Amino acid sequence: MSAIIDSPRQPQQRASKGRVNWEKWGWIYMRASGVLLIILIFGHLFVNLVQGDGIKAIDFAFVAGKYASPFWQVWDVVMLWLAMIHGSNGMRTIVNDYASNPLVRRILLGALFVAAVVLIVLGTLVVFTFDPCSTLIPADQALSFCPAP
Amino acid sequence: MPNEAVSTLATARSSSKRPAGTLYRGNTGMWSWVLHRITGVAIYFFLLVHVLDTAMIRVSPGAYDAVMSTYKNPLMGLGETALVIAIMFHAFNGLRIILIDFWSKGAKYQRLMFWIVIALWVIGTAGFAPIHLHNVFTEPH
Repeated sequence: MSAIIDSPRQPQQRASKGRVNWEKWGWIYMRASGVLLIILIFGHLFVNLVQGDGIKAIDFAFVAGKYASPFWQVWDVVMLWLAMIHGSNGMRTIVNDYASNPLVRRILLGALFVAAVVLIVLGTLVVFTFDPCSTLIPADQALSFCPAP
Repeated sequence: MPNEAVSTLATARSSSKRPAGTLYRGNTGMWSWVLHRITGVAIYFFLLVHVLDTAMIRVSPGAYDAVMSTYKNPLMGLGETALVIAIMFHAFNGLRIILIDFWSKGAKYQRLMFWIVIALWVIGTAGFAPIHLHNVFTEPH
């Protein structure tokens, strides 16, 4: 099977009026989110893995300390949305390149979409509903600063 | 002119039956694309896992600390080092792609920018890997 590839100088087919060119906005999104993600992820890696004792210091209390501040809540949720959509859109490009069977392609694209929606919703809820002193936490695991039940 | 360009690009350099001698194939442009894809896929699958492991903070301190203890295992520590190295390549090469797209001289300097990406990648790895490996391979104090 051979695909016909337009000449690079082929005039572009204009999208009909009033319709959104999603591929164009996807292309722009990858670049805009990419720049923001470099700042967000490098900052995340520095604070969590480089500063202090790095990964050795990461436990429930460490995360609870970060999420006590709206700054880190917003940082992580923005990073989650941007990264999940950036990664899913990149995987969509790869599926479109290699999945030649239309049914397999649809299944893979559907799986990417479901995974993105589920993890974005889950992650956002986790960050914004997190309570380090939740009464659901067993008493023997409670942090020292939490009021005794 | 277009035909001339095509024949120049497609001319085989040798009698080998393998296609060769194009501007793209086998050169820095191709390898940066290959590495960008491989690192991107690796980072994507880690992201899926990382959202789920962090979600354990909503279950209980014990559940989160248990999943975090697996990340402190030496084998996982090597994996995290590889992950951060992959992120650094993807980040620096992503900036190179943006410059090729938006900077008027980007395409002209794409090959030079590839080697700058490699240099930043080596420097970043030299900065990060010793710190992380030290944290992974020494006892907590």
